[in-house]
Amino acid sequence: MEWETVIGLEIHAQLSTNSKIFSGSSTAYGAEPNTQASLVDLGMPGVLPVLNKQAVKLALRLGLAIDAEIAPQSVFARKNYFYPDLPKGYQISQFELPIVGLGHLDIELENGETKRIGVTRAHLEEDAGKSLHEDFETQTGIDLNRAGTPLLEIVSEPDMRSAKEAVAYVKKLHALVRYLGVCDGNMQEGSFRCDVNVSVRRPGAEFGTRAEIKNLNSFRFIQSAIHCEVDRQIGIIESGGQVVQETRLYDPDKDETRSMRGKEDANDYRYFPDPDLLPVAISAEDLEEARASLPELPDARKQRFMAELGLNADLADDLTNSREVADYFETVAEGCGDTKLAANWVMGGLSALLNKHETDITDAPVSAAMMTGMLVRIKDKTISATAAKEVLEGMWAGDGDADAVIEAKGLKQVTDTGAIEALVDEIIANNPGQVEQYRSGKDKVFGFFVGQTMRASKGKADPAMVNELLKEKLKG
Amino acid sequence: MAVTEEDVMKVSRLARLAILEENVPVYAAKLSGIVDMVEQLNAVDTTGVEPMSNPLDSVQRLREDVATETDHREHYQACAPEVEKGLYLVPKVLE
Amino acid sequence: MSQVDSTQTAELTQLSLKALQRGIQSSQFSVMEVTAAYLERIARFDAGLKSYITVTEEQARAQAEVIDNQIRAGELKGALAGIPYALKDLFCTDGILTSCASKMLANFVAPYDAHVTSKLKDAGGVLLGKNNMDEFAMGSSNENSAFAPVQNPWNTDYVPGGSSGGGAAAVAARLAPMVLGTDTGGSIRQPASFCGVTGIKPTYGRVSRFGMIAFASSLDQCGPMAVSAEDCAITLNEIAGFDERDSTSAQVDVPDYTANLNDSIDGLKIGLPQEFFAEGLDQQVAAVIERAVKAFEARGAVIKEVTLPNSHLAVPVYYVVAPAECSSNLSRFDGVRFGHRCDNPQDLNDLYERSRWEGFGDEVKRRIMMGTYALSSGYYDAYYLKAQQVRRLIKQDFVDVFNDVDVIMGPSAPTTAFKLGELVDDQLAMYLADIYTIPTSLAGLPGMSFPIGFADNGLPVGMQLIGNYFEEARMLNIAHQYQQQTDWHLQTPAAFA
Ligand SMILES: [Mg+2]
Ligand SMILES: [Zn+2]
Repeated sequence: MEWETVIGLEIHAQLSTNSKIFSGSSTAYGAEPNTQASLVDLGMPGVLPVLNKQAVKLALRLGLAIDAEIAPQSVFARKNYFYPDLPKGYQISQFELPIVGLGHLDIELENGETKRIGVTRAHLEEDAGKSLHEDFETQTGIDLNRAGTPLLEIVSEPDMRSAKEAVAYVKKLHALVRYLGVCDGNMQEGSFRCDVNVSVRRPGAEFGTRAEIKNLNSFRFIQSAIHCEVDRQIGIIESGGQVVQETRLYDPDKDETRSMRGKEDANDYRYFPDPDLLPVAISAEDLEEARASLPELPDARKQRFMAELGLNADLADDLTNSREVADYFETVAEGCGDTKLAANWVMGGLSALLNKHETDITDAPVSAAMMTGMLVRIKDKTISATAAKEVLEGMWAGDGDADAVIEAKGLKQVTDTGAIEALVDEIIANNPGQVEQYRSGKDKVFGFFVGQTMRASKGKADPAMVNELLKEKLKG
Repeated sequence: MAVTEEDVMKVSRLARLAILEENVPVYAAKLSGIVDMVEQLNAVDTTGVEPMSNPLDSVQRLREDVATETDHREHYQACAPEVEKGLYLVPKVLE
Repeated sequence: MSQVDSTQTAELTQLSLKALQRGIQSSQFSVMEVTAAYLERIARFDAGLKSYITVTEEQARAQAEVIDNQIRAGELKGALAGIPYALKDLFCTDGILTSCASKMLANFVAPYDAHVTSKLKDAGGVLLGKNNMDEFAMGSSNENSAFAPVQNPWNTDYVPGGSSGGGAAAVAARLAPMVLGTDTGGSIRQPASFCGVTGIKPTYGRVSRFGMIAFASSLDQCGPMAVSAEDCAITLNEIAGFDERDSTSAQVDVPDYTANLNDSIDGLKIGLPQEFFAEGLDQQVAAVIERAVKAFEARGAVIKEVTLPNSHLAVPVYYVVAPAECSSNLSRFDGVRFGHRCDNPQDLNDLYERSRWEGFGDEVKRRIMMGTYALSSGYYDAYYLKAQQVRRLIKQDFVDVFNDVDVIMGPSAPTTAFKLGELVDDQLAMYLADIYTIPTSLAGLPGMSFPIGFADNGLPVGMQLIGNYFEEARMLNIAHQYQQQTDWHLQTPAAFA
């Protein structure tokens, strides 16, 4: 019999602010333990929280981008529980009245269709600190540098029906928060963390009991964790058992999920409005300001790239996944005046280098202006596409801009008919067998001659001219 | 009794108080006394009354996003029961 | 510098804050002399009274010397320059024990100054020490101090009231000319009444709570206690005002509280809530209150009977709201970053449970449990939400009354001070000691208590004055006018003459 998977996601995105949500401590990653923990972050007796304006602005930005309802008044509540990385014994979060209400995000399915995923809510809260278990034998060390970092917890409806859909949603949201400048999306550093709620049911039946898998920090882990959790749940039900509602952890080494029973006992959080904080009011002007601060959103940009720039859907999609890439591309396309050329070089040559060197486009040694300079040289036939690859590598290595690399490496395209003709003649003379084949109708051999000629010119011959001359001379 | 001994055990657990069995009846009795007194609120009609969580009924003022704090770890940890390498120590937490 | 003899000591410590201010500014005596006089009295009298937990003798002398020099150099002219004072032991003081009268914080040397601590420091005040109190401000008799109960200077067999009982007793015995206390449900007004001193709880949000160790966040408010309304006004000028570190701090202009002290009260409309004079009010207290009301009437005030129909619900509301907030506020005391940690914790849970059980006293634990219960699943709506709704009804009663009158008057407490130990086993009777002060706290309104006479037992009676939001200046003016005509506030307990 068939099983249907039901998935809902809770994503914690660390907001890109300079200071913490309720204190003036820096949010910079990687400082010495407890050196970025102020009196407020430490929960010292007598201290009080004061809300960071930028955290509110970023929450609004995300809310508007997913077309959500924004609460005119939202309320901070205390979620009470004891844990050593939670200094006050409660987390300041939002419960009954979150700042962002019902919204949605559209994902693309493999068959090319679009599916709308509901976003239940997104609320502001403070992050906890970190427990370090490795450093001490019988004790755990507590670092509260992260305590109080602003988080936006984005909760989806249980609208996803497969691990693939879940990953598509997470990727879409991940791209969106980075696009909006809401979160840096760094999953390794924990800036973007996923909790996945998984259950299975017979199609059309009521929702089954769900398990929550906590803290998945890569797209791959999300996919694998869902797969093994689904298998586990089906296994339990098919052997007559019952799934229990609980929190689980995914172990990537063993590729299994296991129960976190320690955190289960008595989770009665006793939420109540935080009396130290007053309701957050969002005015019409605040909303207008947030709306004005929104960049063109990825979906809209993709549509524009297709409609106005004539790119195909795949290329437009790739180019708009990240705002930085899209910005880079647009600068280059405008500069060189050739959209397709720009798209091909950004997603082709440049992308390959970025991957190889594990570099972000914002840190790439080849700026958009340098890339534009190179493409202009392709357009005006100073260099061939083959030579351009070398130019790009030269620019990446720090040899200067396109013109400097062309000059230094002598990559200028040969457009002198006489010189190319000489090469062509030589190649034809040296390969009588292939000439015979071509003339007897084997068109494919033509490529061989082009290749040989280009190689002989060290890539500098104008390919169009080579084509023309070869065609003429091979006719015989 | 409004508050049972089980209730006392439960809230002691939630509040992380190591109550001893022999103390439970006393606390149950005292808490029941308070709860009984509080029960008179049930008689009040509060239909449509907005709960009041703060006497000012005003809204939150927001802080500029500026990192103003500097490192005072040593000073702040002077009152800590146990620290090492800048970390607060607790008995090993099992995850 | 001349040696301070006993007579001079007694004289200096009999002076009001206002008189000390004048004498210091005109070099009649030095800050060092005044400071020494108070320190000597504390040494002489406080062993029995226990109004102080910590006396900061060395720091006080050193600070006094610095301030003397600054005054002489003309660098310091503020109203509190050189004035000694004490703080309830829940205001954080950098480098000085801040214990909340709890075993939990018996070794807690605060790493920072509370807002009011730095305000008074900047104003040139001289900190004499930290006053005893009910543990974490929970109590009405000061018997919940983990260190020692405070005695009432008027009769040492009696309680001074609570939770700011240490401060009230210190002012009454002239062991400080002024102290800061806190009031959550009456903790300034009730001890002020029991000890025969003047104290004001300002409007919620008037004084920053930053650095004041929280009991119930939506109720706690800091205020001064001193001999007179004028001395309270001088102090309030220094501590009131917006603080960006407290989100609940009000952005409302601070008037000069001394500017209108001498305004006439002719035509003042005083409301007497009938509920404050009903069953439960001690007959002698009632009689003293009546006499004082007549005195106001004689000076041109108009007396109106008013009603606060929901005020009888204030105590039950309070015993849901305050414990709920405290149960959460006190979760940070977990033995990890500060405060008491149990010996040899077996595991994390053991660390939490034993540290907290050992560190907190009975009343604190009861309130934590009560609050945890009221917030726990299944009870939240019935208790917490309901209480917050009734709280609004209580506030609305006051809003309605203030449409008709300028201020409200009534007893600060239903009785004079009770005997030490008398009510320790009767928690509900103890809770009723705050029956007249709690409604004001729930509404966030300003309230004060000033001495208006004595009962036959020789113990003082206090008049409670309730003003509209941010009308502390008017209240201080009214109390000052009364104190211009009477000398109840100037009387001192014979044993501490
Ligand atoms: Mg969650
Ligand atoms: Zn969360």
